Amino acid sequence: MYTNDFDYYRADSVDDALALLGDHDGAELVAGAHGLLPRMKTGEESPPALVDISQLSGLAAIEETDGSSGDSGGDGVSIGALATHTDIANSEIVRQRATALADAAAELGDPQVRNGGTIGGNLAHGDARSDPPAALLALDGSLVARSAGGERTIDATDLFEGPFETAVSSDEIVTGIRIPTADDAVSGYYKRRNPLSGYAMVGVGVWLRTDGETVQEARVAVTGATTTPTRLPGVEDELEGAAVTEEAITAAAAQAGTTLPDEAFVSDVQASAEYRAHLLTVDTERVLGEVLDVDYSSH
Amino acid sequence: MSEHDISVTVNGEQHELSVEPRTLLVTALRDELGYTGANVGCETGRCGACTVRVNGEAIKSCTRLAVQADGSEIETVEGLGENGDLSALQERFQEHHGLQCGYCTPGMLVTAETFLRENDDPSREEIREAIEGNLCRCTGYQNIVDAIEATADQLGEHR
Ligand SMILES: Cc1cc2nc3c(=O)[nH]c(=O)nc-3n(C[C@@H](O)[C@H](O)[C@H](O)COP(=O)(O)OP(=O)(O)OC[C@H]3O[C@@H](n4cnc5c(N)ncnc54)[C@H](O)[C@@H]3O)c2cc1C
Ligand code: FES
Ligand code: FES
Repeated sequence: MYTNDFDYYRADSVDDALALLGDHDGAELVAGAHGLLPRMKTGEESPPALVDISQLSGLAAIEETDGSSGDSGGDGVSIGALATHTDIANSEIVRQRATALADAAAELGDPQVRNGGTIGGNLAHGDARSDPPAALLALDGSLVARSAGGERTIDATDLFEGPFETAVSSDEIVTGIRIPTADDAVSGYYKRRNPLSGYAMVGVGVWLRTDGETVQEARVAVTGATTTPTRLPGVEDELEGAAVTEEAITAAAAQAGTTLPDEAFVSDVQASAEYRAHLLTVDTERVLGEVLDVDYSSH
Repeated sequence: MSEHDISVTVNGEQHELSVEPRTLLVTALRDELGYTGANVGCETGRCGACTVRVNGEAIKSCTRLAVQADGSEIETVEGLGENGDLSALQERFQEHHGLQCGYCTPGMLVTAETFLRENDDPSREEIREAIEGNLCRCTGYQNIVDAIEATADQLGEHR
Protein backbone atom coordinates (compact mmCIF):
# COMPACT_ATOMS: atom_id res chain seq x y z
CA MET A 1 0.00 0.00 0.00
CA TYR A 2 1.53 3.26 -1.10
CA THR A 3 0.74 6.70 0.17
CA ASN A 4 0.74 9.69 -2.14
CA ASP A 5 4.17 11.07 -2.96
CA PHE A 6 5.76 13.44 -0.54
CA ASP A 7 9.15 15.02 0.08
CA TYR A 8 11.15 13.94 3.09
CA TYR A 9 13.53 15.93 5.26
CA ARG A 10 15.31 14.70 8.34
CA ALA A 11 15.92 17.24 11.09
CA ASP A 12 19.04 17.05 13.19
CA SER A 13 17.92 19.53 15.84
CA VAL A 14 14.72 21.19 17.00
CA ASP A 15 15.87 24.44 15.36
CA ASP A 16 16.57 22.60 12.14
CA ALA A 17 13.09 21.04 12.25
CA LEU A 18 11.50 24.46 12.77
CA ALA A 19 13.49 25.87 9.84
CA LEU A 20 12.43 22.94 7.61
CA LEU A 21 8.78 23.43 8.58
CA GLY A 22 9.13 27.11 7.70
CA ASP A 23 10.81 26.42 4.35
CA HIS A 24 8.33 23.86 3.01
CA ASP A 25 4.71 24.80 2.61
CA GLY A 26 2.32 22.33 4.18
CA ALA A 27 5.13 20.23 5.67
CA GLU A 28 4.22 18.14 8.71
CA LEU A 29 6.33 16.60 11.42
CA VAL A 30 6.64 12.85 11.64
CA ALA A 31 7.82 11.03 14.77
CA GLY A 32 6.67 7.42 15.25
CA ALA A 33 4.50 7.56 12.10
CA HIS A 34 1.88 5.48 13.94
CA GLY A 35 -0.75 8.19 13.82
CA LEU A 36 0.13 9.76 10.48
CA LEU A 37 1.07 6.82 8.25
CA PRO A 38 -2.20 4.88 8.66
CA ARG A 39 -4.08 8.04 7.69
CA MET A 40 -1.75 8.78 4.77
CA LYS A 41 -2.34 5.25 3.46
CA THR A 42 -6.08 5.84 3.37
CA GLY A 43 -5.65 9.34 1.93
CA GLU A 44 -7.24 11.02 4.94
CA GLU A 45 -4.05 13.05 5.23
CA SER A 46 -1.69 13.87 2.40
CA PRO A 47 1.05 16.27 3.46
CA PRO A 48 3.34 17.33 0.58
CA ALA A 49 6.39 17.01 2.82
CA LEU A 50 7.40 15.36 6.08
CA VAL A 51 10.00 16.61 8.52
CA ASP A 52 11.32 13.63 10.47
CA ILE A 53 12.11 14.30 14.12
CA SER A 54 12.26 10.65 15.17
CA GLN A 55 16.05 10.59 15.31
CA LEU A 56 16.50 13.73 17.43
CA SER A 57 18.39 12.94 20.59
CA GLY A 58 17.62 14.25 24.06
CA LEU A 59 13.85 14.47 23.57
CA ALA A 60 12.86 11.20 25.25
CA ALA A 61 13.89 11.75 28.86
CA ILE A 62 11.51 11.16 31.77
CA GLU A 63 12.45 13.13 34.87
CA GLU A 64 11.10 14.34 38.18
CA THR A 65 11.17 18.11 38.46
CA ASP A 66 11.53 19.82 41.78
CA GLY A 67 9.54 22.96 42.56
CA SER A 68 12.32 24.43 44.66
CA SER A 69 14.72 24.38 41.74
CA GLY A 70 13.05 27.27 39.97
CA ASP A 71 11.37 27.67 36.60
CA SER A 72 9.36 24.46 36.36
CA GLY A 73 6.81 25.86 38.83
CA GLY A 74 6.16 23.18 41.46
CA ASP A 75 6.92 19.48 41.81
CA GLY A 76 6.21 17.49 38.75
CA VAL A 77 7.18 15.04 36.08
CA SER A 78 8.67 16.07 32.77
CA ILE A 79 8.47 13.76 29.76
CA GLY A 80 10.20 14.34 26.44
CA ALA A 81 7.95 14.37 23.37
CA LEU A 82 9.78 11.44 21.78
CA ALA A 83 9.29 9.13 24.77
CA THR A 84 7.50 6.06 23.44
CA HIS A 85 4.43 4.61 25.10
CA THR A 86 6.67 1.72 26.20
CA ASP A 87 9.09 4.16 27.87
CA ILE A 88 6.17 5.69 29.75
CA ALA A 89 4.50 2.40 30.67
CA ASN A 90 7.82 1.11 32.06
CA SER A 91 8.81 4.28 33.90
CA GLU A 92 8.79 3.93 37.68
CA ILE A 93 8.58 7.74 37.97
CA VAL A 94 5.42 7.93 35.87
CA ARG A 95 3.90 4.88 37.60
CA GLN A 96 4.44 6.46 41.04
CA ARG A 97 3.79 10.14 40.32
CA ALA A 98 1.38 10.16 37.38
CA THR A 99 -0.26 6.73 37.51
CA ALA A 100 -3.08 7.61 35.12
CA LEU A 101 -0.60 8.24 32.30
CA ALA A 102 1.30 5.02 33.02
CA ASP A 103 -2.02 3.13 32.92
CA ALA A 104 -3.00 4.80 29.62
CA ALA A 105 0.37 4.00 28.04
CA ALA A 106 0.22 0.38 29.20
CA GLU A 107 -3.31 -0.04 27.76
CA LEU A 108 -2.47 1.58 24.43
CA GLY A 109 -2.44 -0.61 21.32
CA ASP A 110 -0.14 -3.62 21.68
CA PRO A 111 3.56 -4.08 22.52
CA GLN A 112 4.84 -3.21 19.05
CA VAL A 113 2.57 -0.17 18.75
CA ARG A 114 3.74 1.02 22.16
CA ASN A 115 7.33 0.76 20.90
CA GLY A 116 6.45 2.64 17.73
CA GLY A 117 4.37 5.61 18.83
CA THR A 118 5.47 8.65 20.83
CA ILE A 119 3.60 10.64 23.46
CA GLY A 120 4.24 13.94 21.66
CA GLY A 121 2.80 12.62 18.40
CA ASN A 122 -0.15 11.10 20.19
CA LEU A 123 -1.14 14.35 21.90
CA ALA A 124 -0.36 16.64 18.95
CA HIS A 125 -2.44 14.52 16.57
CA GLY A 126 -5.72 14.81 18.45
CA ASP A 127 -7.18 11.41 17.61
CA ALA A 128 -10.23 11.40 19.88
CA ARG A 129 -9.96 7.63 20.43
CA SER A 130 -6.49 7.93 21.95
CA ASP A 131 -5.79 6.91 25.54
CA PRO A 132 -3.24 9.47 26.81
CA PRO A 133 -5.52 12.54 26.42
CA ALA A 134 -7.88 11.52 29.26
CA ALA A 135 -4.89 10.88 31.52
CA LEU A 136 -3.27 14.20 30.65
CA LEU A 137 -6.53 16.07 31.30
CA ALA A 138 -7.07 14.35 34.64
CA LEU A 139 -3.47 15.04 35.65
CA ASP A 140 -3.82 18.70 34.61
CA GLY A 141 -0.72 18.37 32.43
CA SER A 142 0.49 20.66 29.71
CA LEU A 143 2.60 20.58 26.57
CA VAL A 144 5.73 22.62 25.97
CA ALA A 145 5.76 23.77 22.35
CA ARG A 146 8.46 25.62 20.44
CA SER A 147 8.17 27.70 17.31
CA ALA A 148 10.50 30.17 15.62
CA GLY A 149 8.89 32.79 17.86
CA GLY A 150 9.86 31.04 21.10
CA GLU A 151 8.41 28.61 23.61
CA ARG A 152 4.90 28.43 25.05
CA THR A 153 2.88 26.17 27.30
CA ILE A 154 -0.38 24.63 26.12
CA ASP A 155 -2.62 23.45 28.93
CA ALA A 156 -4.34 20.11 28.36
CA THR A 157 -7.70 21.84 28.78
CA ASP A 158 -6.90 24.05 25.74
CA LEU A 159 -5.33 21.31 23.62
CA PHE A 160 -8.14 19.30 22.08
CA GLU A 161 -10.13 21.41 19.64
CA GLY A 162 -11.88 18.75 17.57
CA PRO A 163 -11.27 15.44 15.79
CA PHE A 164 -7.61 15.59 14.64
CA GLU A 165 -7.46 19.26 15.58
CA THR A 166 -5.28 20.46 18.40
CA ALA A 167 -3.92 23.78 19.61
CA VAL A 168 -0.46 22.71 18.40
CA SER A 169 -0.01 24.81 15.27
CA SER A 170 1.66 23.70 12.06
CA ASP A 171 4.82 25.71 12.75
CA GLU A 172 5.29 24.31 16.25
CA ILE A 173 7.12 21.37 17.78
CA VAL A 174 6.01 19.82 21.02
CA THR A 175 9.23 19.22 22.93
CA GLY A 176 7.77 17.78 26.10
CA ILE A 177 5.00 17.28 28.60
CA ARG A 178 4.79 18.63 32.14
CA ILE A 179 2.65 17.07 34.82
CA PRO A 180 2.29 18.64 38.26
CA THR A 181 2.38 16.13 41.11
CA ALA A 182 1.24 16.12 44.73
CA ASP A 183 2.16 13.62 47.43
CA ASP A 184 -1.43 13.13 48.61
CA ALA A 185 -2.87 12.56 45.13
CA VAL A 186 -3.89 9.29 43.46
CA SER A 187 -4.78 8.75 39.83
CA GLY A 188 -5.71 6.09 37.34
CA TYR A 189 -7.10 5.36 33.89
CA TYR A 190 -9.59 2.74 32.79
CA LYS A 191 -10.01 1.73 29.17
CA ARG A 192 -12.85 -0.13 27.53
CA ARG A 193 -11.36 -1.30 24.28
CA ASN A 194 -13.18 -1.04 21.03
CA PRO A 195 -12.96 -4.73 20.05
CA LEU A 196 -12.44 -3.84 16.39
CA SER A 197 -9.85 -1.06 16.48
CA GLY A 198 -8.30 -1.64 19.90
CA TYR A 199 -8.58 2.08 20.55
CA ALA A 200 -10.68 3.38 23.44
CA MET A 201 -14.43 2.95 23.07
CA VAL A 202 -14.50 4.67 26.45
CA GLY A 203 -11.48 5.78 28.46
CA VAL A 204 -11.73 7.52 31.81
CA GLY A 205 -8.87 9.23 33.63
CA VAL A 206 -9.23 10.32 37.26
CA TRP A 207 -7.04 12.27 39.65
CA LEU A 208 -8.04 12.75 43.29
CA ARG A 209 -6.65 14.28 46.45
CA THR A 210 -8.09 12.78 49.60
CA ASP A 211 -7.30 12.65 53.30
CA GLY A 212 -8.47 9.05 53.25
CA GLU A 213 -12.03 9.94 54.29
CA THR A 214 -13.07 12.88 52.13
CA VAL A 215 -12.25 13.83 48.55
CA GLN A 216 -10.65 17.26 48.58
CA GLU A 217 -10.02 17.80 44.92
CA ALA A 218 -11.03 15.81 41.84
CA ARG A 219 -10.40 15.84 38.12
CA VAL A 220 -12.12 13.38 35.82
CA ALA A 221 -11.80 13.23 32.03
CA VAL A 222 -13.06 11.10 29.16
CA THR A 223 -11.65 10.01 25.82
CA GLY A 224 -13.06 7.77 23.10
CA ALA A 225 -16.72 8.20 23.99
CA THR A 226 -16.77 11.87 23.01
CA THR A 227 -15.85 13.68 19.80
CA THR A 228 -12.96 15.33 21.66
CA PRO A 229 -11.34 14.35 24.96
CA THR A 230 -12.79 16.50 27.73
CA ARG A 231 -13.13 16.96 31.50
CA LEU A 232 -16.36 15.94 33.25
CA PRO A 233 -17.19 18.93 35.51
CA GLY A 234 -20.40 17.45 36.91
CA VAL A 235 -18.55 14.41 38.24
CA GLU A 236 -15.76 16.54 39.68
CA ASP A 237 -18.21 18.85 41.50
CA GLU A 238 -20.07 15.90 42.97
CA LEU A 239 -16.85 14.29 44.18
CA GLU A 240 -15.29 17.30 45.84
CA GLY A 241 -16.15 17.25 49.53
CA ALA A 242 -17.78 13.81 49.23
CA ALA A 243 -16.95 10.93 51.55
CA VAL A 244 -14.86 8.08 50.16
CA THR A 245 -17.71 5.58 50.07
CA GLU A 246 -19.35 3.36 47.49
CA GLU A 247 -22.54 5.46 47.59
CA ALA A 248 -20.68 8.72 46.95
CA ILE A 249 -18.77 7.22 44.05
CA THR A 250 -21.95 5.88 42.48
CA ALA A 251 -23.63 9.27 42.85
CA ALA A 252 -20.67 11.09 41.30
CA ALA A 253 -20.34 8.61 38.43
CA ALA A 254 -24.04 9.00 37.68
CA GLN A 255 -23.22 12.55 36.56
CA ALA A 256 -20.83 11.30 33.89
CA GLY A 257 -23.45 10.53 31.27
CA THR A 258 -25.38 13.76 31.83
CA THR A 259 -22.80 16.48 32.51
CA LEU A 260 -22.03 16.79 28.80
CA PRO A 261 -24.50 17.69 26.05
CA ASP A 262 -25.84 14.68 24.07
CA GLU A 263 -24.05 15.82 20.92
CA ALA A 264 -20.69 15.54 22.69
CA PHE A 265 -20.88 11.75 22.36
CA VAL A 266 -19.73 9.75 19.36
CA SER A 267 -22.39 7.69 17.65
CA ASP A 268 -21.40 5.09 15.08
CA VAL A 269 -22.12 1.54 13.92
CA GLN A 270 -20.47 0.11 16.99
CA ALA A 271 -22.22 2.06 19.70
CA SER A 272 -24.87 4.77 19.86
CA ALA A 273 -24.24 8.00 21.74
CA GLU A 274 -26.70 6.86 24.37
CA TYR A 275 -24.87 3.58 24.90
CA ARG A 276 -21.51 5.34 25.10
CA ALA A 277 -22.92 7.73 27.73
CA HIS A 278 -24.13 4.72 29.69
CA LEU A 279 -20.74 2.99 29.46
CA LEU A 280 -19.06 6.20 30.55
CA THR A 281 -21.08 6.15 33.78
CA VAL A 282 -20.26 2.51 34.43
CA ASP A 283 -16.56 2.98 33.68
CA THR A 284 -16.27 6.17 35.73
CA GLU A 285 -17.69 4.29 38.70
CA ARG A 286 -15.25 1.47 38.13
CA VAL A 287 -12.10 3.59 37.88
CA LEU A 288 -13.09 5.73 40.88
CA GLY A 289 -13.62 2.55 42.91
CA GLU A 290 -10.23 1.23 41.82
CA VAL A 291 -8.29 4.40 42.50
CA LEU A 292 -9.99 5.05 45.85
CA ASP A 293 -9.68 1.38 46.76
CA VAL A 294 -13.40 1.00 47.42
CA ASP A 295 -14.55 -2.57 46.96
CA TYR A 296 -16.88 -2.97 44.02
CA SER A 297 -16.62 -6.73 43.78
CA SER A 298 -20.30 -7.12 44.66
CA HIS A 299 -21.27 -5.40 41.36
CA MET B 1 10.32 12.52 -7.10
CA SER B 2 13.32 12.35 -4.87
CA GLU B 3 15.01 9.19 -3.71
CA HIS B 4 17.06 8.92 -0.55
CA ASP B 5 20.19 6.89 0.01
CA ILE B 6 20.01 4.98 3.25
CA SER B 7 22.17 2.48 5.04
CA VAL B 8 20.80 -0.24 7.29
CA THR B 9 22.25 -3.29 8.99
CA VAL B 10 20.03 -6.35 8.69
CA ASN B 11 20.92 -9.39 10.78
CA GLY B 12 24.46 -8.08 11.05
CA GLU B 13 24.94 -7.39 7.35
CA GLN B 14 25.19 -3.83 6.11
CA HIS B 15 23.19 -2.67 3.09
CA GLU B 16 23.12 0.58 1.14
CA LEU B 17 19.99 1.31 -0.85
CA SER B 18 17.98 4.07 -2.39
CA VAL B 19 14.31 4.49 -1.45
CA GLU B 20 11.40 6.75 -2.22
CA PRO B 21 10.17 8.55 0.92
CA ARG B 22 6.87 6.63 0.81
CA THR B 23 8.49 3.18 0.74
CA LEU B 24 7.49 1.28 3.87
CA LEU B 25 10.21 -0.44 5.84
CA VAL B 26 8.63 -3.84 5.21
CA THR B 27 8.59 -3.17 1.45
CA ALA B 28 12.26 -2.21 1.44
CA LEU B 29 13.17 -5.32 3.43
CA ARG B 30 11.19 -7.66 1.20
CA ASP B 31 11.41 -6.16 -2.27
CA GLU B 32 14.72 -4.31 -2.19
CA LEU B 33 16.80 -6.47 0.11
CA GLY B 34 15.17 -9.90 -0.25
CA TYR B 35 14.34 -10.45 3.42
CA THR B 36 10.96 -11.97 2.70
CA GLY B 37 10.54 -13.40 6.20
CA ALA B 38 8.57 -10.40 7.40
CA ASN B 39 5.13 -10.81 5.85
CA VAL B 40 2.57 -8.23 4.84
CA GLY B 41 -0.82 -9.07 6.27
CA CYS B 42 -2.93 -6.02 6.90
CA GLU B 43 -0.62 -3.06 6.23
CA THR B 44 -2.49 -1.16 8.93
CA GLY B 45 -0.40 -2.00 11.98
CA ARG B 46 -2.89 -4.52 13.36
CA CYS B 47 -1.77 -8.04 12.46
CA GLY B 48 1.92 -8.08 13.38
CA ALA B 49 2.98 -10.33 10.47
CA CYS B 50 5.54 -7.65 9.53
CA THR B 51 7.15 -7.46 12.99
CA VAL B 52 10.92 -6.91 12.98
CA ARG B 53 13.33 -5.51 15.54
CA VAL B 54 14.71 -2.04 14.97
CA ASN B 55 17.53 -1.12 17.36
CA GLY B 56 16.40 -3.92 19.65
CA GLU B 57 12.70 -3.05 19.76
CA ALA B 58 9.97 -5.06 18.05
CA ILE B 59 7.91 -2.83 15.77
CA LYS B 60 5.52 -3.29 12.87
CA SER B 61 7.55 -2.55 9.78
CA CYS B 62 4.47 -1.63 7.72
CA THR B 63 3.97 1.38 9.96
CA ARG B 64 7.45 2.87 9.63
CA LEU B 65 9.01 4.50 6.58
CA ALA B 66 12.15 2.82 5.26
CA VAL B 67 13.87 6.20 5.10
CA GLN B 68 13.28 6.62 8.84
CA ALA B 69 15.27 3.44 9.48
CA ASP B 70 18.44 4.96 8.02
CA GLY B 71 21.38 4.05 10.24
CA SER B 72 19.52 1.46 12.27
CA GLU B 73 20.17 -2.16 13.18
CA ILE B 74 17.35 -4.38 12.00
CA GLU B 75 16.73 -8.00 12.91
CA THR B 76 14.30 -10.17 11.00
CA VAL B 77 13.16 -13.75 11.44
CA GLU B 78 15.98 -14.85 9.11
CA GLY B 79 18.41 -13.82 11.84
CA LEU B 80 16.92 -15.87 14.68
CA GLY B 81 18.73 -19.16 14.16
CA GLU B 82 22.49 -19.54 13.91
CA ASN B 83 24.49 -21.24 11.15
CA GLY B 84 21.37 -22.62 9.54
CA ASP B 85 20.07 -24.17 12.78
CA LEU B 86 16.73 -23.22 14.21
CA SER B 87 16.66 -21.22 17.44
CA ALA B 88 15.24 -22.83 20.59
CA LEU B 89 12.01 -20.90 20.09
CA GLN B 90 11.70 -22.01 16.48
CA GLU B 91 12.21 -25.64 17.51
CA ARG B 92 9.53 -25.39 20.18
CA PHE B 93 7.13 -23.89 17.61
CA GLN B 94 7.77 -26.94 15.45
CA GLU B 95 7.33 -29.42 18.33
CA HIS B 96 4.17 -27.83 19.72
CA HIS B 97 2.58 -27.19 16.31
CA GLY B 98 2.69 -23.45 16.92
CA LEU B 99 1.96 -22.85 13.26
CA GLN B 100 -0.33 -24.06 10.52
CA CYS B 101 -0.21 -21.87 7.40
CA GLY B 102 2.81 -20.08 8.79
CA TYR B 103 1.86 -16.61 7.66
CA CYS B 104 1.88 -15.08 11.12
CA THR B 105 4.90 -17.10 12.25
CA PRO B 106 7.82 -14.79 11.37
CA GLY B 107 6.20 -11.89 13.23
CA MET B 108 5.11 -14.15 16.07
CA LEU B 109 8.67 -15.46 16.48
CA VAL B 110 10.30 -12.03 16.46
CA THR B 111 7.78 -10.73 19.00
CA ALA B 112 8.11 -13.76 21.27
CA GLU B 113 11.90 -13.81 21.06
CA THR B 114 12.05 -10.14 22.03
CA PHE B 115 9.63 -10.74 24.88
CA LEU B 116 11.63 -13.68 26.27
CA ARG B 117 14.76 -11.53 26.38
CA GLU B 118 13.02 -9.27 28.87
CA ASN B 119 10.95 -11.85 30.72
CA ASP B 120 12.38 -15.35 30.90
CA ASP B 121 9.86 -16.67 33.42
CA PRO B 122 6.49 -15.51 32.14
CA SER B 123 3.00 -16.66 33.12
CA ARG B 124 0.66 -17.81 30.35
CA GLU B 125 -1.28 -14.60 30.82
CA GLU B 126 1.88 -12.54 30.26
CA ILE B 127 2.64 -14.55 27.13
CA ARG B 128 -0.84 -13.84 25.80
CA GLU B 129 -0.39 -10.13 26.46
CA ALA B 130 3.01 -10.18 24.77
CA ILE B 131 1.56 -11.55 21.52
CA GLU B 132 -1.48 -9.30 21.61
CA GLY B 133 -0.21 -7.45 18.54
CA ASN B 134 0.20 -10.63 16.47
CA LEU B 135 -2.91 -12.14 14.95
CA CYS B 136 -3.09 -15.79 13.93
CA ARG B 137 -6.02 -17.01 11.90
CA CYS B 138 -5.14 -20.70 12.12
CA THR B 139 -3.91 -22.03 15.42
CA GLY B 140 -6.24 -20.55 18.00
CA TYR B 141 -3.07 -19.40 19.82
CA GLN B 142 -3.03 -22.30 22.29
CA ASN B 143 -0.06 -24.05 20.68
CA ILE B 144 1.77 -20.78 20.18
CA VAL B 145 1.49 -20.02 23.89
CA ASP B 146 2.60 -23.61 24.63
CA ALA B 147 5.67 -23.18 22.43
CA ILE B 148 6.67 -19.89 24.04
CA GLU B 149 6.10 -21.30 27.50
CA ALA B 150 8.19 -24.38 26.71
CA THR B 151 11.00 -22.14 25.46
CA ALA B 152 10.90 -20.12 28.68
CA ASP B 153 11.00 -23.35 30.72
CA GLN B 154 13.99 -24.53 28.70
CA LEU B 155 15.77 -21.18 29.19
CA GLY B 156 14.91 -21.45 32.89
CA GLU B 157 16.75 -24.77 33.17
CA HIS B 158 19.92 -22.97 32.10
CA ARG B 159 19.49 -20.18 34.63
C1 LIG C 1 -2.34 -0.46 15.03
C2 LIG C 1 -2.33 0.78 15.86
C3 LIG C 1 -3.04 0.79 17.06
C4 LIG C 1 -3.07 1.92 17.88
N1 LIG C 1 -3.76 1.88 19.04
C5 LIG C 1 -3.80 2.97 19.83
C6 LIG C 1 -4.55 2.95 21.05
O1 LIG C 1 -5.15 1.94 21.46
N2 LIG C 1 -4.57 4.09 21.79
C7 LIG C 1 -3.91 5.22 21.41
O2 LIG C 1 -3.95 6.20 22.14
N3 LIG C 1 -3.19 5.26 20.26
C8 LIG C 1 -3.13 4.17 19.47
N4 LIG C 1 -2.41 4.22 18.29
C9 LIG C 1 -1.72 5.49 17.90
C10 LIG C 1 -0.44 5.67 18.64
O3 LIG C 1 0.38 4.58 18.49
C11 LIG C 1 0.45 6.87 18.32
O4 LIG C 1 0.99 7.22 19.54
C12 LIG C 1 0.00 8.19 17.96
O5 LIG C 1 -1.23 8.33 17.46
C13 LIG C 1 0.99 8.99 17.16
O6 LIG C 1 2.31 9.05 17.67
P1 LIG C 1 3.50 9.05 16.63
O7 LIG C 1 4.74 9.32 17.35
O8 LIG C 1 3.45 7.80 15.86
O9 LIG C 1 3.16 10.33 15.74
P2 LIG C 1 3.19 10.53 14.16
O10 LIG C 1 2.29 9.58 13.49
O11 LIG C 1 4.57 10.59 13.70
O12 LIG C 1 2.56 11.98 14.10
C14 LIG C 1 1.18 12.20 14.41
C15 LIG C 1 0.86 13.68 14.26
O13 LIG C 1 1.48 14.44 15.29
C16 LIG C 1 2.39 15.38 14.75
N5 LIG C 1 3.57 15.34 15.60
C17 LIG C 1 4.33 14.25 15.90
N6 LIG C 1 5.26 14.57 16.81
C18 LIG C 1 5.10 15.88 17.07
C19 LIG C 1 5.77 16.80 17.93
N7 LIG C 1 6.79 16.42 18.72
N8 LIG C 1 5.35 18.09 17.95
C20 LIG C 1 4.30 18.49 17.19
N9 LIG C 1 3.63 17.66 16.37
C21 LIG C 1 4.03 16.38 16.32
C22 LIG C 1 2.63 14.95 13.32
O14 LIG C 1 2.89 16.06 12.50
C23 LIG C 1 1.32 14.29 12.96
O15 LIG C 1 0.38 15.23 12.58
C24 LIG C 1 -2.36 3.10 17.46
C25 LIG C 1 -1.63 3.09 16.27
C26 LIG C 1 -1.62 1.96 15.47
C27 LIG C 1 -0.84 1.97 14.18
S1 FES D 1 1.27 -5.99 7.90
FE1 FES D 1 2.15 -4.77 9.43
S2 FES D 1 0.85 -5.12 11.08
FE2 FES D 1 -0.16 -6.21 9.51
S1 FES E 1 -0.41 -20.10 11.35
FE1 FES E 1 -1.75 -19.29 9.86
S2 FES E 1 -1.99 -17.28 10.56
FE2 FES E 1 -0.93 -18.17 12.19
